[in-house]
Amino acid sequence: MSTTTGRAPIVEARDIHKHFGHLHVLKGVDLRVVEKELVFLIGPSGSGKSTLLRCLNRLEEPSSGSVTVDGIDMLDPKTDINKARQRIGMVFQSFNLYPHMTALGNVMLALRKVLGLGRAEAEAKAQAALDRVHLADRADHYPLQLSGGQQQRVAIARAIALEPRVMLFDEPTSALDPELVGGVLAVMRELREDGMTMVVVSHEMGFAKAAADRVVFMADGMIVESGLPAEIFADPKHERTRAFISQIERH
Amino acid sequence: MDLFLDTFFNWQIVQEAWPILWQGLKATLLLSALVVPLGLLGGIILAVLTTFPSPWVKWPLRVWVDTFRALPPLVLLVFIFAGLPFVGVDVGPWGAVAIGFFLNTGAYYGEILRAGIESVPRGQLEAARSTGLTRGQTMTYVVLPQAVRNVLPDLISNTLEVVKLTSIASVVALPELLFEARQAQSVTYNATPIMAAAVAYFILLWPVVRLLSRLENRQLAGRG
Ligand SMILES: Nc1ncnc2c1ncn2[C@@H]1O[C@H](COP(=O)(O)OP(=O)(O)OP(=O)(O)O)[C@@H](O)[C@H]1O
Ligand SMILES: [Mg+2]
Repeated sequence: MSTTTGRAPIVEARDIHKHFGHLHVLKGVDLRVVEKELVFLIGPSGSGKSTLLRCLNRLEEPSSGSVTVDGIDMLDPKTDINKARQRIGMVFQSFNLYPHMTALGNVMLALRKVLGLGRAEAEAKAQAALDRVHLADRADHYPLQLSGGQQQRVAIARAIALEPRVMLFDEPTSALDPELVGGVLAVMRELREDGMTMVVVSHEMGFAKAAADRVVFMADGMIVESGLPAEIFADPKHERTRAFISQIERH
Repeated sequence: MDLFLDTFFNWQIVQEAWPILWQGLKATLLLSALVVPLGLLGGIILAVLTTFPSPWVKWPLRVWVDTFRALPPLVLLVFIFAGLPFVGVDVGPWGAVAIGFFLNTGAYYGEILRAGIESVPRGQLEAARSTGLTRGQTMTYVVLPQAVRNVLPDLISNTLEVVKLTSIASVVALPELLFEARQAQSVTYNATPIMAAAVAYFILLWPVVRLLSRLENRQLAGRG
């Protein structure tokens, strides 16, 4: 942890509450992610991991609290949310590639329409992003012609092409056949080595042990504890964490 | 038998009636080229408006769509053409057709496109918004293209109905194909012009019908 304290915070969420009708889903969550840090978020189903992630780029509107990303107050009505979202890449469990566009088209859309780049420049950037996920040769394939793992890597390319300051991953490998998980995790490792700041919700404990700077355990809409992967996995302080980890590791 | 052929398939009469049938066919084509795009435009506006969750949009829209779907298009057309002049609004026959079809056909296209938009998974919208695309850009580049593709057979079916429905334009004195055919029939005392009109409609619409069943077969195959 001492290695990360000196760096600038990229994500700073304070006292986030989220209600869905009567359901109190987030009950005062604080999350601070510094530059180049990889925070790994775990917790039982329904504990609010996805909701927290989605509050960070305001796909979900927090009921109260504050979210700052790269110095921008995400909840300020004066903030141009579309501009702010360029700095926050998001990768979803179900890939969500646009099925009517090729891999290249998927990556180019925001480059053209959000950044306003010309065709040639957008295409060069999109091609470079596909290259980073090792799919340069699949640029003109449609999503249906790609494996799940390839689709997820295109989705990663779509996000990183905008050169975000932080990447949010919501269970990026949960929908994949086991043999395709490795390729996606390898790309995420490379991103991390290139210095990308990342928040990852996942059940891939091996990845967490190898690549995470910090593991955060959530339950019932609250952060129960957070610490180095070794601490959380080998020697959790709380009974809830212990129970969750032993249950996950049995799989 | 000869009498039958004479009355229904008389080549002589076809030749005589051809100039006026041709006028009618051109009017039908022109009407279709006017009302199909207008209806689609109306439909897109309605369908996009239904994606706004506010009840202040939702309920007026529901009433609007239900009204213009329930009102017989002929009644609507007569009302616009013959009724509105009493309150000082005279839009003429072309104006009446344009407005009437925009309202009626737009409501139908709108319902089809709404179903199309609802068939696009929510994740598509979220992925697009997460990259910084605005609501409008997301609609234009991500949601609508998929929505249209998902309901293309229904859109084409409706378009067939709309083209056939253009024959009601004759009530506001727009002499389209069927009207001209009936004129020719009354002049020649012969049913051949009507048959000729039927053949013209068929030639006009048959390729579209073929296309439609090919699309429907493809969708069935895709589902299986
Ligand atoms: N749009 C919504 N409307 C109503 N309730 C919701 C909505 N989104 C999430 N919830 C509820 O909020 C709670 C937290 O959901 P969330 O998806 O954040 O959990 P999670 O930790 O990501 O779970 P999982 O591991 O299953 O993905 C759940 O009880 C869920 O049913
Ligand atoms: Mg989740």
